[in-house]
Amino acid sequence: MGAQYQLNRADFIFKNENDWEEILTKILNQTPQDLINELISSELKGRGGAGFPTGLKWKVAAEAKASRKFVICNADEGEPGTFKDREILERVPYKVLTAMVACGYVIGAKEGIIYLRGEYRFLLEELLKVIEEFEYYLREIGQTFTIKVFMGSGAYICGEETALFESLEGKRGEPRNKPPYPTSSGYMGLPTVINNVETLAHTYTIFKYGAKKFYDLGVQYSRGTKLFSVSGDTPKPGIYELELGMSVQDFVHEFGDGDTKAVQVGGASGSLVPRKKFMDTAIGFSGKLTGISLPTGGSMMLFNSSRSMYNVLDNYLEFFREESCGQCTPCRVGCQQLLIGIKAVKRGDKPASYLDKLIRLTETMQHTAKCGLGQSVANSFSSIVENFREEMIY
Amino acid sequence: MSTKKINIYINGTPTPVEPGTMILDAAKDNGIIIPTLCYHKDLCIAGNCRVCVVEIAGQKRLSAACATPCEEGMEILTNTLKVRNSRKHIIELLLSEHNADCTKCYRNGSCELQNLASEYKIMTQDFIDLVPLKTYSMDMYSPSIIKDNSKCIRCQRCVRTCAEIQGVNALTVAHKGDEMTISTFLNKPMNAVVCTNCGQCINHCPTGALVEKNYIEEVWDAVSNPNLHAVVQTAPAVRIGLGEELGFEPGSRNTGKMVTALKRLGFDSVLDTDFTADLTIMEEGTELLTRLKKALVDKDENVKLPMATSCSPGWIKYIEHMYPEFLGHLSTCKSPQQMFGALVKTYYAKARNLDPDKIVSVSIMPCTAKKFEASRPEMFDSGYRDVDYVLTTRELAIMIKQAGINFKALEESKFDRLMGESTGAGVIFGATGGVMEAALRSAYELVTGREVPFKNLDIKPVRGMEGVKETSIKIENPKQEWAFLDGVELKCAVAHGLVNAKTIMDSIKKGTADYHFVEIMACPGGCLGGGGQPIPTSPEIRKKRTEAIYAEDAHMTVRKSHENHEVQKLYHDFLITPLGELSHKLLHTKYTPRNRY
Repeated sequence: MGAQYQLNRADFIFKNENDWEEILTKILNQTPQDLINELISSELKGRGGAGFPTGLKWKVAAEAKASRKFVICNADEGEPGTFKDREILERVPYKVLTAMVACGYVIGAKEGIIYLRGEYRFLLEELLKVIEEFEYYLREIGQTFTIKVFMGSGAYICGEETALFESLEGKRGEPRNKPPYPTSSGYMGLPTVINNVETLAHTYTIFKYGAKKFYDLGVQYSRGTKLFSVSGDTPKPGIYELELGMSVQDFVHEFGDGDTKAVQVGGASGSLVPRKKFMDTAIGFSGKLTGISLPTGGSMMLFNSSRSMYNVLDNYLEFFREESCGQCTPCRVGCQQLLIGIKAVKRGDKPASYLDKLIRLTETMQHTAKCGLGQSVANSFSSIVENFREEMIY
Repeated sequence: MSTKKINIYINGTPTPVEPGTMILDAAKDNGIIIPTLCYHKDLCIAGNCRVCVVEIAGQKRLSAACATPCEEGMEILTNTLKVRNSRKHIIELLLSEHNADCTKCYRNGSCELQNLASEYKIMTQDFIDLVPLKTYSMDMYSPSIIKDNSKCIRCQRCVRTCAEIQGVNALTVAHKGDEMTISTFLNKPMNAVVCTNCGQCINHCPTGALVEKNYIEEVWDAVSNPNLHAVVQTAPAVRIGLGEELGFEPGSRNTGKMVTALKRLGFDSVLDTDFTADLTIMEEGTELLTRLKKALVDKDENVKLPMATSCSPGWIKYIEHMYPEFLGHLSTCKSPQQMFGALVKTYYAKARNLDPDKIVSVSIMPCTAKKFEASRPEMFDSGYRDVDYVLTTRELAIMIKQAGINFKALEESKFDRLMGESTGAGVIFGATGGVMEAALRSAYELVTGREVPFKNLDIKPVRGMEGVKETSIKIENPKQEWAFLDGVELKCAVAHGLVNAKTIMDSIKKGTADYHFVEIMACPGGCLGGGGQPIPTSPEIRKKRTEAIYAEDAHMTVRKSHENHEVQKLYHDFLITPLGELSHKLLHTKYTPRNRY
């Protein structure tokens, strides 16, 4: 299997036509069921990284019975190497707000909350202005939907949806047990739709152009476009909207510096793709296109041959060791063991075979950790250790 | 009962369960034990230790059995290679972070992590020991509780206990990642925060991270010193809890064996806190009636009603921190332990012709807050420290084991005289509602000349595990001197567990409560569920202990405090009258407003 797919750029998200009043009217003139159907047929999946079908999420929340529901926009963009949500909120915030109103209309929620990453405080003033303008318009057309902004405090784990709820409720940001899922018991124990900023922005595209336009982009199981935050050893770092389904090879062809050794797809919690697997790895959601497909929140970090993969892994593990909430054993202790473990191997205090024990540990973490953080440490760890074992040892 | 059951499979066996049943419970009902650490029956589900993971067919990831509800058709596998390896990994990880100095640990032999390590035969340490890489300091500042973070496995049972059972939140989670720790406000020592010393965190800790400050060696020194006269008093709840540490089932009554064991340990006199429990009823009952008179007859607006009991030192410290403006509502009576201590070095010393300086006063309590209480500056009214050492039920069991006493085979003996007689009313102080019941039995009779209108003197409405219990008794045809109480409906409330105390205090604060008398005990179930009682604790165990307490009462010939002959003699020979001058000096106290921070 080779790369039959070419890199296709798109321009939906940042296309600034400022037509939200018109789109909003269009949305509110349809039935909630029509909107759910539209989303479901677009096959839009969550753009935060986990890839849950957005239409289904809205549908389940719409069916939940409660007197109060919430729409939450997850703008706690904390994955290393991701910086797209910031741009969306800065350049086209009205798309996100429109989508939140649409979601509220669909599920029967009157309250929206944007959980804004602590480091994005500089966006707050402008965002509040737009919200004010927006709410004014909503009142004009007889809609009661309010949007509040809640500032995060800098913990990575609060991007995990249930930890985010805890944080919103004024508690320590620790992930909850699932089930129950947010659509039945989310913020304050009430049905909640929580979507990533980009996901909401895509629904704007879908409601504007229709599901088909979106569905026709991308490939099977991975429909539509996606924003990519490109960083690392690249001559053109930045944010790019690309169709899903491309191979890493195509991506590197476009963005590499000619000496790309590996690409980290999906940030620290994603996987490292070494050069020999560029051809066989596609960027998208599960549903095998080529050999492997990797979902991503959009972080694409390129490394050239000047980079030590040991240092890269060391850096990730330090990040996880610090950003684990610390409540569950596999994640809290596992991350510490992985970090001091690779250091011990590097120093020669532990044999190279200790790396295999650590890989088995990451499997346990993947199977037993309470939330996505601990579960996903295995991705970068095993992909780096397996592909660059010699760099770990010598 | 009427809900439709769902069908699941546990290790292939089809099993019908109620919808919403957690996998852990479903497995247990089918004879399959799934190991747990962060799970505790008293507490909300945390699902953070991950040791209870099981496999669900069709799912790649494992699920925490404590936190995952059964669903129709679910195929649960509790003993696959993947499950075993994962659990083993998790235990290894916990051990790598745990100061596993087991032979020198107070919880050696009763540690849940140690038990799991033994069960899974963790014989090697593959992971790197993290303990030496961190700085730990042991918090020994509290007179009641020692907190050793190096032994903490971060299960948060203590945090949940402090929040859910007590509503105190002295312990909380601080920091994240590798630095995540169980801490206090600003990481202050335990004696400098809102901690009530109740010790519930100790009872709920699976390891040795939270233990009582023990005074076993000090007491051995005292009983071994021929120049000292060692007196011991035992609280009501000790006699029905002690057996659990010494081979008996929960709910076993071992009063006689306990007395024999204490004599064998070398105490010169083995006396009963129940005696001063009866005395408390005399003092507190009189105080209540005096307050009622002031309120109803003198129309004194400064009288604080409801009056609240003051036996539970955890409750006292709680109200001092949380509701300092309501300290006037507390009865001024010292707790039975402290009344006893004050009398031992005065009345008892005089009667026995002993130098109070040579008396060592020891108490055995189901409580860790009693250790703090004994150290309070208010508790030196005899001219000496009234109670020198306080041991928990657990510490007494340790001493009995150290002395090589075969507790099960012990003959029974009786308490020594002078301050050893007690009534059924004294013994029920050990259960929630007991003080109230004892007070009503005596007060009603003193006022009306008739027994309380409850069958067998059992005032059932104040018994049981309901968090807040209310009752009222209408006083009719009182004696001449209590005529002002005619027709008064005496309204009472009982709470146990400080989270329930909060409910009552908030209603008093809001002015929505019209009680005359409230009984509050810091611990769930009352003293029988105290922080110094045998570990483990659970609703079932506390229920059995409660049954034992009431059985003790039912078997007593005298069941009303005012009929305690030795108490009558004490008034005749020494105190003269309740609330008299000597009583005020020795048996009553004042309280100290404290800050929350």
